[in-house]
Amino acid sequence: MKVTRDVVETMANLAQLKVDETEMQEYVASMTRILNLVEEMDAVNTNDIEPMAHPLETVQRLRPDEVTEPDQRDAIQELAPETQDGLYLVPRIIE
Amino acid sequence: MHNKSIVEILDDLKQGRYSSKELTLHYLERIEQLDSRFNAYITQLSTSALEAAEQADEGKRPGLLSGVPIAHKDIFCTEGVRTSAGSRMLDNFIAPYSATVVENLAAAGAITLGKTNMDEFAMGSSNETSFYKNVRNPWDVDRVPGGSSGGSAAAVAAGLCSAATGTDTGGSIRQPASMCGITGLKPTYGRVSRWGMIAFASSLDQAGPMTKTAEDAALMLAAMSGADPRDSTSLDEPVPDYRSGLNEPLDGLRVGLCKEYFEEGLDTQVETVIMEAVQVLESLGATISEQSLSHTRYSVPAYYVIAPAECSANLARYDGVRFGHRCDAPRDIEDLYKRSRDEGFGREVKRRIMVGSFALSAGYYDAYYKKAQQVRRLIKNDFVEAFREVDVLVGPVSPSTAFKIGEKSDDQISMYLQDIYTIASNLAGLPALSIPAGFSNDLPVGLQLIGNYLGEQTILRVAHQFQQHTDWHRTFPSIAEE
Repeated sequence: MKVTRDVVETMANLAQLKVDETEMQEYVASMTRILNLVEEMDAVNTNDIEPMAHPLETVQRLRPDEVTEPDQRDAIQELAPETQDGLYLVPRIIE
Repeated sequence: MHNKSIVEILDDLKQGRYSSKELTLHYLERIEQLDSRFNAYITQLSTSALEAAEQADEGKRPGLLSGVPIAHKDIFCTEGVRTSAGSRMLDNFIAPYSATVVENLAAAGAITLGKTNMDEFAMGSSNETSFYKNVRNPWDVDRVPGGSSGGSAAAVAAGLCSAATGTDTGGSIRQPASMCGITGLKPTYGRVSRWGMIAFASSLDQAGPMTKTAEDAALMLAAMSGADPRDSTSLDEPVPDYRSGLNEPLDGLRVGLCKEYFEEGLDTQVETVIMEAVQVLESLGATISEQSLSHTRYSVPAYYVIAPAECSANLARYDGVRFGHRCDAPRDIEDLYKRSRDEGFGREVKRRIMVGSFALSAGYYDAYYKKAQQVRRLIKNDFVEAFREVDVLVGPVSPSTAFKIGEKSDDQISMYLQDIYTIASNLAGLPALSIPAGFSNDLPVGLQLIGNYLGEQTILRVAHQFQQHTDWHRTFPSIAEE
């Protein structure tokens, strides 16, 4: 598949990334090459093959619904760029 | 003493030939003097290492690895220490807790010398995508050490630590181990807890040891492994004594040559080294047969859907809000997300996030993501069939030896194909290792051994027996002789 500028722009938007003009051409070319490589899989007959999401065919383990982690909010929030009263601050969303 | 194996170090410490503090100081001095040539470390932990070594000398850090100085790939959260994953995004991230691997190795008495350099978020095969500049190969500083655990591999090879941790999503332990001439083991998926290990592709990521010998890898793996309630994908299986059984001879061992790993693309000199290594195994009593893994050529295509898809989800957490890099003076929330991520991520990481977003997007999901998962099952089935006939599979780790810095950095496909022989065992979740098997043009060549599920003991035994009868693992780059 030939990746176009529109595809790169859409993917950048979905992934909340910026792509500037100098990067755009490089991404168009490299993503096209990568998808061409990926499309080599089209030669494989996968009819009736069950998709494999995980190497171990195990189920999620369950545990008793008990609190096991201590409250570390203050320690964790020290890593944040901006907090106030135990909340994370971001630019105003609603005027 | 910096070229000694962990087993030798433990004996020396026990016999009082030197103390853990003397050894730790020796490594720290070497890092100080020599690492500017290799850039293997991102962070040195001199003060805490010397304190821990003193404790070990006083008998206050007992365990399997008491007093042994090691390094951690900078992907493992280490409490109170910057844990960057080689990215600007986490340049300011001081981990509030330690990864299970870090805790387990500390509980075994190991000393942490520092955190090693890596490709950004483990996405790379050359260490050139690190925000902290590329690592150089101790065998030739104009060449790459491989990646993504290139800092760990270079540090072990250059005698800047006794052993190190690494992670392997598509070959990131084995390929740098091969290119730097050390031993590197990727365990069965789930053998080692992923808790506190910064995620790249969660169904593929697995931590493992990078060491000077297979016996050291067995010791390290024993200390690292085990079920962990904090990682629901960790295997609830007993951890065997990986060192026991290493001395069992190879008589009657069934070895399969991965047929497709010797087809086009493999450097002829690398092939010669691998075939000589196979002859060594045969001389030790193994029987050799050829095994076909017919979907091998589709492993790289499947991987470059599955790994980017998982990475696009895992890296969504870096939004400039809770931790990590935040841009200056964001205009609005969208500007905050986009500019923080643009400034924080390097180009290869952004490319993979976009490829993953594409593979998961409406209209393309079936053709790309579902298809890749189906191919993944066929790749696994190839191995299941092969392991009905043989006990271990062997082949090269990488199509060539270490390449020049910059040689492939603008050619993603050529870089991705570096992992053509390593990716399939990640997709299938099988254990695999690389051991030094010889040289091509003075550069190390690694032999890959792939085992069945939870077959670490078998591949470690084959590797150990090989190392009992060869000296490649005792051949060090000249820098390590200084």
